[in-house]
Amino acid sequence: MRAAGLLKNSWRAALLPVTLIVLAQVAATVTQLESDTLASPFDIARAFVSIMADGSLLGATLDTLKAAAAGCILGVGAGSLLGIVLGLSRLADDALDLTIELLRPVPVVALIPVVMMLLGFGAEMEIVIIALGLLWPSVVLARAAVKEVEPRLMEVSDVLQLGFLARLTKIVLPAILPQLFMSLKLAAGYALVVAVTVEITANPRGLGYGIMMAQQALRPAEMFAYLIWIGAIGWLISLLLNSVQRAFFPVFVKGEGR
Amino acid sequence: MKHFSLRKLFLGCGALALFILAWKLVTDAKLVSPIFFPGPERTYAALVKGLSGGAMLSQTLETVQRMLLGWLLASFVGVFLGVLIGVSRRARAFIAPTLELLRPLPASAMIPIAIAFLGFSDNMVLVVIAFGALWPMLLATIHGFAAMEPRLYEVSALLGLSRAQVIWKLALPSAMPMILASLRLGLTISLILAVVGEMLASRQGLGQSILAASRSFRSPDLFAGIVILGAIGLVGSRLLSFAERRLLRWQAVSR
Repeated sequence: MRAAGLLKNSWRAALLPVTLIVLAQVAATVTQLESDTLASPFDIARAFVSIMADGSLLGATLDTLKAAAAGCILGVGAGSLLGIVLGLSRLADDALDLTIELLRPVPVVALIPVVMMLLGFGAEMEIVIIALGLLWPSVVLARAAVKEVEPRLMEVSDVLQLGFLARLTKIVLPAILPQLFMSLKLAAGYALVVAVTVEITANPRGLGYGIMMAQQALRPAEMFAYLIWIGAIGWLISLLLNSVQRAFFPVFVKGEGR
Repeated sequence: MKHFSLRKLFLGCGALALFILAWKLVTDAKLVSPIFFPGPERTYAALVKGLSGGAMLSQTLETVQRMLLGWLLASFVGVFLGVLIGVSRRARAFIAPTLELLRPLPASAMIPIAIAFLGFSDNMVLVVIAFGALWPMLLATIHGFAAMEPRLYEVSALLGLSRAQVIWKLALPSAMPMILASLRLGLTISLILAVVGEMLASRQGLGQSILAASRSFRSPDLFAGIVILGAIGLVGSRLLSFAERRLLRWQAVSR
């Protein structure tokens, strides 16, 4: 019954994209498409195979993913740490709240020129921008998570007279682990977005640069192949992290409400 | 309560002053070359000069206008499409999975495609903003409609309400909290894409101006531009959360 329902649903889900692809192919074949902006699905598939075969796609993918992962670890790590401190200390939170609220709305792309001037082009600059982009959301999520820790656990740690480090590693971190993972999950998707944006705007490497070059060389099939690949990677990352979350924090997934 | 928020204000301003002082000390000690990293006074001077008669004021208006136009376009299209898809369970089953598939696509990845079709033009930037900022509104409307209390549908069937009445009187109000929250997210995305679009297509605006400032090592102008962009983001999101609270007051009461 459930399998049948799933099959029925996936049939419905697949109908629209498959129809669109078939229509695009038919339209391209009928009109004998020769264009600098459009390409038929068949040509896109052929372009995909050829950039996959010569290794340029995989190289660019690795560049982008490495920068995104490093930026993610750096940004979420630093942000969560700051968030935890703010969540634990009322004084620090009250003092820094105003400064953080003023810094937080600065769009991360506005920092591209600054970091570019300081570090030039390359992986480092991209990683720093990604980390800066993920910093404030991680602070906010970690701070909220610490504030929601069961107060009795905090009382227990008071009674046991735990030091700051012991309290952090024995009480707080285990309690907020599910929220930290959710923060990481959101950050991973955002890291890819920022990475591609930096590459398109400024940094001559990775998938963003690849799609930009394909456009400037007037190779629409290659451009769309890059686009679909970027979308597929984003989708795969979120799929992967969702299933990890479901495996390790099943109760929490249910609690999310969706 | 009042006493407490006074304490918070005092501490907050103190920390902000310390932050600016630390910034000044770092730059005065030349820990980072002043060519790259201007002190607070030079940034402030560039800000004042740029906003009083300098080019920065018109660039700010250009960017704000671009952001708002793109955001409005995205909001109308997003909510409209969301209503069309969300109101019918069948349409949801067919269309929603494709949308979920497209959602993780970085909006900036659409920029090269938009350039291929529209060239380096203002319209290109506008389309990119609208496309990128569309998703939160679209998905929030669909989810809001899907999450509507099923009994409300039953009630509306009993009352013999037309489909338009159901949308207007029941579904939209109950989806409103989600839609309003997504409008704020959409505005943030619009600002980011406006800046990226200006940088890439060299259209008039703060994005293009800070990039030019960085290329010619005019770091005070660069930092002044960043301060204005931060202020735009801050004011935008504050205005929207204010509107959110006002518009959702009925809900807080009914709970």
